[in-house]
Amino acid sequence: MATKNNRRLSIINYQLIVKEFRHIFRDTRSMLILLAMPVVQIILFGFAITNEVKNAQVAVFDPSKDAATTRLTERIHASRHFDVVWHLSSAAEAGEVFKEGRVNLVVVFSENFGENIWRTGEATVQLIADATDPNQAVTLTGYASSIIADYRQELLAERSIPIRVKAQVNMLYNPQLQGAYNFVPGVMGMILILICAMMTAISVVREKETGTMDVLLVSPVKPLALIFSKLVPYFALSVVNLITILLLSVYVLNVPVSGSLLGLTALSLLYIFVSLALGMLISTLVATQVAAMLASSMALMLPVMLLSGMMFPTENMPAILQWLSSIVPARWYIAGVKKLMIEGLPIASSLKEIAILSLMAVALMTASFRKLKNEH
Amino acid sequence: MSVIYAENLTKRFGNFTAVNCITFSVERGEIFGFLGANGAGKTTAMRVLCGLSKPTSGRCVVAGYDVARETEKVKRSIGYMSQKFSLYEDLKVWENIRLFAGIYGMGDKMIALKTEQTLTHLGFEAERNTLVKALPLGWKQKLAFSVAIFHEPEVVFLDEPTGGVDPATRRKFWEMIYQAAERGITVFVTTHYMDEAEYCNRVSIMVDGRIEALNTPKNLRQRLNAPNMDAVFQRLVQAS
Repeated sequence: MATKNNRRLSIINYQLIVKEFRHIFRDTRSMLILLAMPVVQIILFGFAITNEVKNAQVAVFDPSKDAATTRLTERIHASRHFDVVWHLSSAAEAGEVFKEGRVNLVVVFSENFGENIWRTGEATVQLIADATDPNQAVTLTGYASSIIADYRQELLAERSIPIRVKAQVNMLYNPQLQGAYNFVPGVMGMILILICAMMTAISVVREKETGTMDVLLVSPVKPLALIFSKLVPYFALSVVNLITILLLSVYVLNVPVSGSLLGLTALSLLYIFVSLALGMLISTLVATQVAAMLASSMALMLPVMLLSGMMFPTENMPAILQWLSSIVPARWYIAGVKKLMIEGLPIASSLKEIAILSLMAVALMTASFRKLKNEH
Repeated sequence: MSVIYAENLTKRFGNFTAVNCITFSVERGEIFGFLGANGAGKTTAMRVLCGLSKPTSGRCVVAGYDVARETEKVKRSIGYMSQKFSLYEDLKVWENIRLFAGIYGMGDKMIALKTEQTLTHLGFEAERNTLVKALPLGWKQKLAFSVAIFHEPEVVFLDEPTGGVDPATRRKFWEMIYQAAERGITVFVTTHYMDEAEYCNRVSIMVDGRIEALNTPKNLRQRLNAPNMDAVFQRLVQAS
């Protein structure tokens, strides 16, 4: 009996974990919101906010005015994406037409464009885009580059010599190009921390409000077992959400996991753990569910949206905000996800992010454990 | 033999002294009423005795163990029913019983056996699978008490267990308290219903963090020449 008791009173308390799952499953509405949130967000970001641009205004500077440049200009004009509305007399005029807001893209052919192609097999065309709207700039240069590439293919078919038409892409105003692929890591960073931290905090504080926390603290349950039983169900729920987000982004949005799936999973599990620990800490600092909700949304939502690099690149921020952003876990997670998922780099590339998140996990967990133990 | 012993127990929150150097003891099997107006310090004192709150100074021994040093052993020897409702509303009746029995380390067979006994005793056989939130308040209180003594603790602490309950249900609740005391469980109960004070073996009356009186209800009435406990209480409060 004694050994049996010891087993029952250890850190993993099966009864307590079952109880937490029951709380979640019986609150059907909250559970549905939790599980549907990532789906709605991904679909919204993926489809409602589309990148497709039609009839963008284009200006062309063509100093060589030969058969090749004329044909390329015609091609661009014929595309449903572009209307060539302006012919510039000098490259310097490009700046002016942008400032006046008359065009979205300027195409600058090099001098002797056609002649260079025939002689050296190599010619240059410069694409200048207004990147104040980064998504649009990427899209426009992408369209133009593919028109140029098609033209090159045609020339190749006509001639036997190899031909290279180099498209130099020049992004004005926003060299960082925070754009299209960014939102998947961003949504992951936001949803995971919201669910983990907010729900954990609320579920702990609810017990404080109803008085059941006192009953548990009077009982022989170890504080660590108490914390553990709160973490397990939300950890499981977050893993379901992680899988949902990844499946949607790969199969619906065609944002592939180009790096190590294992590395991405490991990084995400670590981030989930950090978020859970953060929720625990919040729960020890507030007394009511409303306060827990407010604290989580103020302390988590806003920093994640504004300081994590999800919307605005942290590199361009003033030093104090950069410093602030470095204590936002989402910043490191999103950076890691970009490397592992979008850029396809090996795990070794995000060792820094993993180290920082691990440190945060240990610090937060220790702090909330101490707080719970010494609360009284 | 005293099962609760407090010596010069003091609890301060900043400048405010909630419990001011109280000393008392409770005997085994006794029903001990812990009375006082709201804010008199009775809940704070009880939380210290349960190990929920650390005393600023003084010491207390519960069930033979020092609360400060042998907290774990104390925890296994006591039951607790909080002022707020202490069961999970979104769990079924049997799930609540199973949960708390498990937390106190009871074996599965024992739990199954005692669950049947308890449900029969309460007349709750039909409510086994009912969510606790669907039960009437009086039933919830009775269930909460049964759960608090399910693991046969030496002492059970009840913090205003009958708040908001109608008189008939309160009487039934006190019958359960008597039954527990007959089995040898010491009952430490706070209340501000003075008629309930009459049911206790002994009562202590707290005023502003101090114990102003401690005796049997009968002796207190005689000493202060009061017709009932309510009058005893009023006179003590006015005197201080």
